[in-house]
Amino acid sequence: MSDDTPVISCRNVWKLFGPNPKQYLANMPADRSFDEIRADGYIAGVKDVSLEVGRGEMLVIMGLSGSGKSTLVRCFSRLHDITGGTIEVDGESIMDMDENALIEMRRSKMGMVFQSFGLLPHRTVLDNVAFPLEMRGQDKHDRRERALEVIKLVGLEGREEYFPRELSGGQQQRVGIARSLAIEPDIWFLDEPFSALDPLIRREMQDEFLRLQEMLGKTIVFITHDFDEALRLADRIAIMKDGAVEQCDTPDQIVLNPQTPYVEKFTEEIEKSRVVHARVLAGPVNGSTPEGEPVRAGHTILQLARQLVNDPREELPVANRHGELIGVMNRQEALDVLLGKG
Amino acid sequence: MADIAAKLEQETGGLSKTRIVQILIGVAVLLILARPVLPDFLVRLPEAWIPPLADWLDAIFGFLIDDLKLTVLTRWFAEGPLDFMLGLTANLLEGKHRWPFIGPLPWSCVAAVAAVIGYYLGGWRLGLLGGGTFVWTALVGQWTIAMQTLSVLAVAAPLAFTIGLLMGIAAWKWDWFDRAVKPFLAILQTIPFFTYLLPAVIFFKVGPTAGAIATTIYAIPPMVLMTALGLKKVSPEIVEAGKMSGSTRWQMLTKVYLPSARTEILVGVNQVIMLCLAMVVLTAFIGMPGLGGKLLAMMNSFKLGRSFEIGVTIVLVAVMLDRFSKAWVVKLPEHFERGTSWFVQHKYLVAAIVGFLGFLLISQFIEILYEVGRRQSLSMGKEMDGLIKGFLAIDFVQWITGWIRYVLNVWVLIPFRNALLYIPTPAFIMLVVAFAYWLGGKRPAIFAAIFFSIVALSGWWDRSVITLYSVISAVVLSMFIGIPLGIAASRSEKWSTRILLLCDTAQTFPSFIYLLPAIMLFGVSDVTVVLSIVIFTTVPLTRYTIEGLRTVPPEMTEAADMSGATKRQKLLSVQLPLALPTMAVGFNQAIMFAFFMVIIAAFIGTQDLGQELQRTLAGTDLGKNFVLGMNVALMALTFDLTIMSWAQRRKEALGLG
Repeated sequence: MSDDTPVISCRNVWKLFGPNPKQYLANMPADRSFDEIRADGYIAGVKDVSLEVGRGEMLVIMGLSGSGKSTLVRCFSRLHDITGGTIEVDGESIMDMDENALIEMRRSKMGMVFQSFGLLPHRTVLDNVAFPLEMRGQDKHDRRERALEVIKLVGLEGREEYFPRELSGGQQQRVGIARSLAIEPDIWFLDEPFSALDPLIRREMQDEFLRLQEMLGKTIVFITHDFDEALRLADRIAIMKDGAVEQCDTPDQIVLNPQTPYVEKFTEEIEKSRVVHARVLAGPVNGSTPEGEPVRAGHTILQLARQLVNDPREELPVANRHGELIGVMNRQEALDVLLGKG
Repeated sequence: MADIAAKLEQETGGLSKTRIVQILIGVAVLLILARPVLPDFLVRLPEAWIPPLADWLDAIFGFLIDDLKLTVLTRWFAEGPLDFMLGLTANLLEGKHRWPFIGPLPWSCVAAVAAVIGYYLGGWRLGLLGGGTFVWTALVGQWTIAMQTLSVLAVAAPLAFTIGLLMGIAAWKWDWFDRAVKPFLAILQTIPFFTYLLPAVIFFKVGPTAGAIATTIYAIPPMVLMTALGLKKVSPEIVEAGKMSGSTRWQMLTKVYLPSARTEILVGVNQVIMLCLAMVVLTAFIGMPGLGGKLLAMMNSFKLGRSFEIGVTIVLVAVMLDRFSKAWVVKLPEHFERGTSWFVQHKYLVAAIVGFLGFLLISQFIEILYEVGRRQSLSMGKEMDGLIKGFLAIDFVQWITGWIRYVLNVWVLIPFRNALLYIPTPAFIMLVVAFAYWLGGKRPAIFAAIFFSIVALSGWWDRSVITLYSVISAVVLSMFIGIPLGIAASRSEKWSTRILLLCDTAQTFPSFIYLLPAIMLFGVSDVTVVLSIVIFTTVPLTRYTIEGLRTVPPEMTEAADMSGATKRQKLLSVQLPLALPTMAVGFNQAIMFAFFMVIIAAFIGTQDLGQELQRTLAGTDLGKNFVLGMNVALMALTFDLTIMSWAQRRKEALGLG
């Protein structure tokens, strides 16, 4: 399998809740709205969603409560059976899997972190983390060793023998993270992992999470209702409303070009210069060689603020981290992002 | 049932509820007034109309026993595995001459282990309770009979736990099983215990095996309910975490669901143990030896001092078992620091083993630590007999008890009983239906009509009415005590806790115990029956009154205070209305308890169903036994359905969930 095949690919996925969803979906007229479906006695948890998640990518699914984001991620791991459409994981349709294949996939490929941690109250930290390993029948010595390794990774050394209720919320979520990493999954689902935590701890856990991701480079589907968190973490963001994806794009694009009024409402309050990178504003070089010192593509407009105000040039060259020129940025355009359109 | 209800609505032509109730009561009153001129068949069903229910049931049992040879299977179980287990515990605890021929264990060993378990579960208080209970038992010379009781309990409780757990899992897993088993459990919980006993004897042989089986069956229902409840309550995230860890179904059940439902399952264990104890004591009625048997014998021969001592032992054992199992519910594992040695991590196990072996060794040399002989026991039974009899012989005491007995008998109980018996059967049924309809609504009314018609058709109408009379008079009397007591106690935090603790403790006592004070004070008479029920039923009434009043949301009482309500106004127009649904639950429990107790009280000498039931125990009259038992259950279920449906609707109406 080559690297550019998507790890998760879903097409026209529907998940309806109600008395007889399959039949209803089959007979349903196209373009039925969420409210019309509800009037028929069904709830559209996921409504005609098509998405792809690339290898090593972090896709953040953002939406308010009831928007279907948690349902969607549960469809990816088949905790929910979908009503219509197809979901493929590593090219294999998960709805065609029998129970054994499904269990095997979860045992070898997937890890998941839950909002309220989902720790087993009667097991110690060590036994909770080793739980997935125990399920697949690894021998006791091996699983202890591996569990200690991940516990160390999330910074809980010395707490191995504690029980969940003896830990703080942040520590409990570290256990949840460690457990989800124990089997070395390729795909990592995180369902609002930091929402139940205090703001300060949340920030700390986000940093910790970015550190881990830097190190491990997993394919990640991350769910949140916090737009700031989404912007901070995501490679791409999918914004959901009423079961459907409103827009799926990079943070820069979402902030710069919101495609629906709903998305726009989220972006209004956001300081765009913190999100938008020079890379995104870099237009093609039109013949002439731009002069002077280039700015770094990976810097945000906010980081370049001082230079943007003081630099006399109209066009600023943009270079990637190897110093290669990737385009030129219009200073006025960048200042518009920084200060808002006048 | 829904279509019957719809039909009823059509026939009544959409009459309002009050109208129907009025009509029912009106017709009933007319019938009562016209009784002297009524034809006989309207007063009581003629004998000829009564279907031979008992014979039919006998035929069914006959088929099960003689044709299907079901008894071969059950007796095999009774004589094989069950007898083996009972023999094992009986040998260890009371020294019965059975395999493994080790016992009896010295009493000091048992006491030491109980003390360590108590200390482990709840500190020195429970340690003292555990050790103290057994020391007391040994010292008053009741060791053997106590161990006879406990050896049956030690088999019945685990058996009931296992069966209940499996049924609970099935009820959680399959909806149809849940639906099928629910009404069955409801009946099982209202059927008088005498009805458990006879089939147990017939199918499982006389003696400890029958006792163990009746006890087991009696204790199963709450375990089923608690297990199913616990499994349903496991948080969905824990379930999903288990699935995402790649658990198979079996792994999900054993490693995720069951451990996560620990609390509810252990609450179930507590109830199993308490019901087992209550029942084991009652198996005295089929001749089982043990604490219950001895108590029964002592009460029969009016040896009040000895009865009192046995009563104390039973209460101590009950409180110990209850506190231990409740402490286990809240006992959560705690971690040990790394490198803690094995001995420290298992210090309680080590202490128990050391205590056990230590006393085993010492008792070989010090006889009294092995067994307390008859002569050595500190029983004060005779002396207390004298004391109690002396107390009762005091003129003043006699005057008071005599007066109470006279007033209750002549002015309240006997007139009430005669009045109930005077009412013609159809009028009685109509009154009950009117009550059920007015309070509970359509469904309870329909059930009331069906249930009481069956009672009428069973041919035991008069005795059923007398049973009902005891129940109603006792519950009404206990309302006069329990509700004011509850209201008074709920006024202060301190007294609420105290009285609640007292009620909790009293509820753990096997019902048998409640006969004691009544007999002591009033001897053997009709008043004693009613008063023993009163003592028993006051407990839930008081308890739920306090709970109902205490759980009134504070903003509402504060709002009443700010509106300038006096204490009395606040109580009458804010607190009581809001507490009423909860109090109704207590009222319902009181009625259930009363039905239970009235049957036990039969042995004092009544003329109700209980007495007939007790008579059947001597024979093999299975059919009659079942008919009598069903009558009690049907009457109890009518009240249960009516009151609970009212409480439920009222709670919803008040938005109390």
